[in-house]
Amino acid sequence: MKKWNMIIDVARCEDCNCCFLACKDEHVDNDFLPFSLSQPRHGHRWINIMRKERGQFPVIDVAYLPTPCMHCDDAPCIKNAKDGAVYKRKDGIVIIDPVKAKGRKDIVDACPYGVIWWNEEKDVPQKCSLCAHLLDDGWKEPRCVQACPTGALRVVHVQDSEMEKIINDEDLDVLHPEYKTQPRVYYKNLYRFVKCFVGGSVTYTHDGIEDCAEGAHVILLKDGNTVAETVTDNFGDFKFDCLEEGSGRYRLEIVFKDYEKKALDVDVDSSRNIGIIYL
Amino acid sequence: MKIQKSPFAKTKFSITLLGLEKVMKMKARKYLEFKERLKEHDCTAQIKLKDNSQGRYFTFKGGNIRSKSGIHPNPDASMIFYDAELAVRLMSPNRDQLEQVNAMKNFQLGMEGPDELTQWFVQLIGAIFTVGTKYGVDLGGGVKRYTSGTFAGPVFVYVKDDKIIRITPMDFDETDADPWTIKARGKEFTPPRKTTLSPYGLNFKSQVYSPDRLLYPMKRIDFDPNGKRNCENRGISGYERISWDEALDIVAGEIRRVKRDYGPSAIMASTGSHHTFGNIGYYMSAQRRFMNLIGFTFVLQNADSWEGWYWGAMHHWGYSMRLGGGEGEGTVEEALKHCEMMVFWSSDPECTAGAYGGMEGSIRRLWLKDLGIKFVHIDPYYNHTAALLGGKWIAPRPDYGNALALGIAYVWITEGLYDKEYVKTRTTGFDEWKDYVLGKDDGIPKTPEWQEKETCVPAKDVRALAREWASKKTFLAAGGAGSVLGGACRSATGIEWARSMVYLIAMQGLGKEGINLGNMQAATPLDATFFFPGYTEGGFSGDFNLTGLAINMFNRMPQLPTINPYYKQMIPRLRLPEAILEGKCTGYGNLTDAKSIEHQFQRYDYPLPGYSKIKMYYKYGGSFIGTQPESNRYVKAYRTEDVEFVVNQSIWLEGEAKFADIILPACTNFERWDISEAASPGGYGHGAFMQCNHRVITLQHKCIEPLGESKSDYDIFYELAKRLNLGAMYSEGMSEFDWVKRLFDATDLPKVISWKDFLKKGYYVVPAPKEELRVPCGFRWFAEDRARDVPELGPLAADFTDGMGHEGLQTPSGKIEFVATTLKRYDPDDPERPTMSKYIPSWEGHHTTGLLKKYPLQMISPHARFTFNTMNDGKDSYVNDVKDHRVLIDGYYYWIVRINTNDAMDRGIKTGDLVKIFNDRGAVICAARPTERLPKGTVHSYASSAVYDPIGEPGASPDRGGCINILTPKRPIIKRSHSNAGNSCLVQIEKWGGQ
Repeated sequence: MKKWNMIIDVARCEDCNCCFLACKDEHVDNDFLPFSLSQPRHGHRWINIMRKERGQFPVIDVAYLPTPCMHCDDAPCIKNAKDGAVYKRKDGIVIIDPVKAKGRKDIVDACPYGVIWWNEEKDVPQKCSLCAHLLDDGWKEPRCVQACPTGALRVVHVQDSEMEKIINDEDLDVLHPEYKTQPRVYYKNLYRFVKCFVGGSVTYTHDGIEDCAEGAHVILLKDGNTVAETVTDNFGDFKFDCLEEGSGRYRLEIVFKDYEKKALDVDVDSSRNIGIIYL
Repeated sequence: MKIQKSPFAKTKFSITLLGLEKVMKMKARKYLEFKERLKEHDCTAQIKLKDNSQGRYFTFKGGNIRSKSGIHPNPDASMIFYDAELAVRLMSPNRDQLEQVNAMKNFQLGMEGPDELTQWFVQLIGAIFTVGTKYGVDLGGGVKRYTSGTFAGPVFVYVKDDKIIRITPMDFDETDADPWTIKARGKEFTPPRKTTLSPYGLNFKSQVYSPDRLLYPMKRIDFDPNGKRNCENRGISGYERISWDEALDIVAGEIRRVKRDYGPSAIMASTGSHHTFGNIGYYMSAQRRFMNLIGFTFVLQNADSWEGWYWGAMHHWGYSMRLGGGEGEGTVEEALKHCEMMVFWSSDPECTAGAYGGMEGSIRRLWLKDLGIKFVHIDPYYNHTAALLGGKWIAPRPDYGNALALGIAYVWITEGLYDKEYVKTRTTGFDEWKDYVLGKDDGIPKTPEWQEKETCVPAKDVRALAREWASKKTFLAAGGAGSVLGGACRSATGIEWARSMVYLIAMQGLGKEGINLGNMQAATPLDATFFFPGYTEGGFSGDFNLTGLAINMFNRMPQLPTINPYYKQMIPRLRLPEAILEGKCTGYGNLTDAKSIEHQFQRYDYPLPGYSKIKMYYKYGGSFIGTQPESNRYVKAYRTEDVEFVVNQSIWLEGEAKFADIILPACTNFERWDISEAASPGGYGHGAFMQCNHRVITLQHKCIEPLGESKSDYDIFYELAKRLNLGAMYSEGMSEFDWVKRLFDATDLPKVISWKDFLKKGYYVVPAPKEELRVPCGFRWFAEDRARDVPELGPLAADFTDGMGHEGLQTPSGKIEFVATTLKRYDPDDPERPTMSKYIPSWEGHHTTGLLKKYPLQMISPHARFTFNTMNDGKDSYVNDVKDHRVLIDGYYYWIVRINTNDAMDRGIKTGDLVKIFNDRGAVICAARPTERLPKGTVHSYASSAVYDPIGEPGASPDRGGCINILTPKRPIIKRSHSNAGNSCLVQIEKWGGQ
């Protein structure tokens, strides 16, 4: 049995909001029974683009995390609803039955990802249906994916065994694996959102002039062990990424030509721009 | 054309007339719509020959028709042909439009009777050929798929029961042309077979069905055209619904009164820079045709997105018809094949999409990223392109002019890192500029250390950038379109910035392999030979003075010329308030006449001797408060009795529409017919469709009926024209739909798709040419000193001494001129604009220390990302929910101001706090977003909110709608210009407590 999966590449998402607006275009003022009632004009985010800035001026980056319903195989919302108000289709899509779920605000709270929204006017919990009405009608992808200009969003309709292969080949992760809900939404380059970096610029002085130290050797150590090594670019910049937030004290060692080795300690709470390091 | 006299003409004419009655009856039986039209008037209408030798009259009563051969002594309406031959030809469905135009001009075809009846009769006959036309793709279940063109890209529109269900980008089908493939570095790059939309393209449905839609004509409650007008209450008194008849009678009556009492030049008409898409309904088409026919004073636009390129760069490399921007053909392929580094400089195509470019360029820039091309981003804001592509971010303070460029040039000159041969053979005046860079004339070497004081960019980074740039094949992505535009060009130092961009790329050998201008926005290898016009080519405007009609369209779509006899009186848009409040103003540079470089030196004064001052304002749309600098001026200009009447034709009740006496409700492009090509303005945006991955030409179906009582712009002007007995001149007896067909016929489309198929499918994808026929890379011909081989409109032949194309650029020398000959001829000693680029500190920046003490933050307000200027903002539309566009606080959607984290902390400001941004010009209430994406001292907020919502007296109280331009300076970049320096703006920010 082929099932639907969504793959989101964080590195290719630029917050253009085409997915978010396409979702509203599709669902506001349109009922698609039995899958969904219309979305309110404002307030709901069936695909919620989370935002993150990492680092400090001028060594920063930003990442965006489109967050739809995870269409979990072990969905807490289904368990919570018990009576079939939320159900899983054979193709993997999780649907909130808008009739059976009427008045069931508890379903909103059942989702650890916070992707179920309460429609006050219609008295019903709502969320991404992966545009099931369109897929059933022969569309190859839901509206958010069709509108995505960079390929950051895609859906694959494959056997679970084939999906396993894609997960391995493309090194995909799920958001919050600790929830253990078996999401069908996978992320690529998730580190851009959930991990942190240490970066800086190495500068040296020669003939009374300050210049960027290109080719300086920079080592990142933790508890005396080398975690990573890199070489500065022509701006003297270096960056160690994929560190755990709040992972504590690291040591940086910088070696450049015959300049004296420089070492400094860094506390990594979240992403850090060390700034200019003068040799 | 040779006209043959037919011996049977009279017989044919007679049969045609007899047949007319039969056909009308038949159509009425078949189509309810036609039957209803027949009922609209009871009258006798006659078609006859001028010499009364032959004719037939048709009597309409209660929807029935009778006709009789002969001449009626007293018909209500008459259509009169010069002779039978002409009549037969012009009454055939495939009539020659040129012959009809000539017949009208030469008094061989005339109308008698009131316009209301003659136009009804003519349109009725026209409808015989079009009634019951089928269009769109039937998807079953009562759903039809239509197409439309928008400034966000071409779209499919799904409709059921006259209601739009969804609006989507286009996925092509198997019958559409295959896309191009670029082979580069062992890989193949092919764009997906679909179109993309700018984000706001997915917002249209909510705008069509917006609670702010104007659904019926309105009158300001305390405005009485025959009594007290209460002009001072504009902006505060409410509106009442009136009928179309009342509204049109008032407007037509005011037009007549003002013309009679003051003359046509007392009527001022202005539009926004853009309009809902389409070649027929565009303001340069329908509005211009109508206004030309009544006569008016033109409000001239400035080169609003070009500024520094227009007033500066143009003198050094020409391109006047591109308003000073460079050519960009073939650069997508060139960059994929050869470029090793791309320096984005005031260039954020992921935000601004070039112009109308949808998100077409994004995938191409990601190809470069996937190839490992290095990126540098120079911008005070860590912009969306930087965020997507990564690379080195260099963040100068705003309004630094050419200081950073001088620092780079200094390194290149002192370290010998520039293309000396190219500079010697392809440029002039370099040595003079070199001496300036080295400080030989002013004693100030423009070292990286010197520039650091001006830009805050570390000298070491400038040296590193300069050395890497020179060592790699580097593309300079200057401005949002890659070779033009960019926020830096709209500042007090914009002229110096823009021309320094030309200098830098010239020093590296512009046009040589891998060395060019561009940011993958222009241009893809599409077919540039297939003819389809853009909106600047004037549609059916008949306007030969101020559109591209004469150059690019008239030979294909003959139409009655419409000459505004008063076009010499112009009001520069940025001085409009002064024109009204002070009664005079001056401007320079009519960009509608940008055929030579020197055109921009032309000065024009208002009022012209003997011309009238403005007494009536016909405003089209409502954007100026959101887009024009120091915009409280525009508010004040409305609230004066000097302007006796204001009519606004608008789709939504927003912005300036709320300052009109009469509001005429227009419909959106989804509710009317039109035809257009994606991303194709034509004219100053010549070849801009090459921003797209596919050339998509779209029939803009009338997807739904106009909402409420709203009407298309075409029909509103037609109704007014009929009241002024200009109906025939305005319409040429044709409906909006007829004009769309006429434009279709004027293009290359009929060679490749039938009208019937086009009506159904709604779009055509122009096949990409085979590789051998692709447009060559821009500037390659120049670098190699060959004849121009790219399809540019300019320079015109007269700009060459020895014939077309062999002398290079439009500059007098034909080369890139470091010292501009045109400026030497105009004013060699202008301290504001020297003949070569020098460092000139901003008149509102870090050197204006007095002002800086009071207002210590430099604000930039670039073009917005989630709207197209004011279009698509507000209107209670979906875009309000976009986190990076507006923020909902206490039930109100506030505009966002971005501020450095430390600056925010110093002021006790947190994310989501309401803050007041202010200076001597006014105050705006915004939601604060502290960020590391800005250096300390710099503030960022997008320009062009559509919502103007003063909390007190209009024009004199803080605005909470987000009209940031209330704060920007009205001062032009240089005195002798008509220019906008919105990115030179000092402000202070404090927490807003509602006081």
